[in-house]
Amino acid sequence: MIDVLRAAWLIARKDIVVEIRNRELAYTTLFFAVACILVFAVAFVDDMGHAIPGAAAGILWVAIAFSGTLALGRTFERERQSETLRALLLSPIERPAVYLGKLAALLMLMFAVEAVVVTLVATMFQASLGRAPWMLLGLVVAGTVGFAAVGTLFAAMLARLRSRDVLLPMLLYPVTIPVVIAGVKGTQAIFAAEPNLDLAGMWLAMLISFDAVFITLSLWTFGPVMSE
Amino acid sequence: MRTARWLVPASLAVALLMFFRAPYLINAAPEESTMGAVQKIFYFHVPSAIVAMLSAIVSGIASAMYLRGRRPMADHVALAAAELVVLFGAVVLATGPLWARKAWGLWWVWEARLVITLIMWMLFVAYLLLRRFGGPGSDVLSSAVSLVGAVLVPFVYWSVNMWRTMHPTTSVVPSLQPEMMKPFLWSLAAFLAFYLALLLTRVRLEKSRAALEQAFLALED
Repeated sequence: MIDVLRAAWLIARKDIVVEIRNRELAYTTLFFAVACILVFAVAFVDDMGHAIPGAAAGILWVAIAFSGTLALGRTFERERQSETLRALLLSPIERPAVYLGKLAALLMLMFAVEAVVVTLVATMFQASLGRAPWMLLGLVVAGTVGFAAVGTLFAAMLARLRSRDVLLPMLLYPVTIPVVIAGVKGTQAIFAAEPNLDLAGMWLAMLISFDAVFITLSLWTFGPVMSE
Repeated sequence: MRTARWLVPASLAVALLMFFRAPYLINAAPEESTMGAVQKIFYFHVPSAIVAMLSAIVSGIASAMYLRGRRPMADHVALAAAELVVLFGAVVLATGPLWARKAWGLWWVWEARLVITLIMWMLFVAYLLLRRFGGPGSDVLSSAVSLVGAVLVPFVYWSVNMWRTMHPTTSVVPSLQPEMMKPFLWSLAAFLAFYLALLLTRVRLEKSRAALEQAFLALED
């Protein structure tokens, strides 16, 4: 168990170091997320300059889901380009460690991007961040973990396929729909004119159980799926 | 699969005979007081939905078995069942709006059961697309997708029900009048026989296709 976590940490650290050195993913993902927000603002801001009710939460989660998909595709593209994915799978470590390491590195990246995106959405759409900061943090973290848990499994599976760029979002969005629903509805409950924190708490509970189930399932499936 | 040789024509014959008789029974059933003749689509809509759901379960179990044991047969069943989910799901998604247009005045509403059906249907379409365009090794990948899909079901139910609830309930079927129950069960049995015939035929086809591919590869080597 300790070995697995140590190996996972080494893989995550390697990814983070690579990312800190060239910042390719952080910059492109962040820029893409901001571009998403801009496009949605055109659709959901009325003639008076106000966003329609509930739009902020929706825009936030769509930006997270879209930019997350971009980051997922690229993290494994990087491994594939120099055939390092094979080296990683050949190395004498447990398969779940590879999964956990990749997941951890991806989460770090997504959290960094989200820190900017959440602030930006809150300022541009007059949503109060100070109303329930811990609940909001919990929703964003739990939602991201759920999205990335399924995403890392699928992205790793598809890394060897030629049509991976098209297949990844196609598989990922239907599967992560509960995360998106829970994230959007929970955040809406916080951002609403009359916040309903109990409701947000129920959505958070759903996200946490989703995370637990899908991380377990991914750890179990990652080995058989990556066995070739 | 030796049983399939007589089971396929048998179930197909039963299904065809039953489908032939079904319109008479449905016609004889009383009209629903508020919806009138529109309600009769129910005799096709609900059995298709039940068969699609059953097929999704079959595909999920077969996929899990394939992931564990890698027996080709499990994969053939998973693929055949997944295709039938898409087929019967399409019937459900087409007949539903036809009814809803008359009963609710709208083709589509974002109501819990509709959303759940759509999501599950999309998941199996994604499964088939992965099979089709995934290239070699996509059988293992798609069985992982199917397994994830099976685990996803309760979460889809949970989230969509909390999001949207306003809907014709599950308690409709047990509370049917006997005159309506008979044609309903008749249709359901016909659909099940038809499903069995299609599933077995498709599994056999897939088995032959795999055998042909093996032979072709052996010839090349």
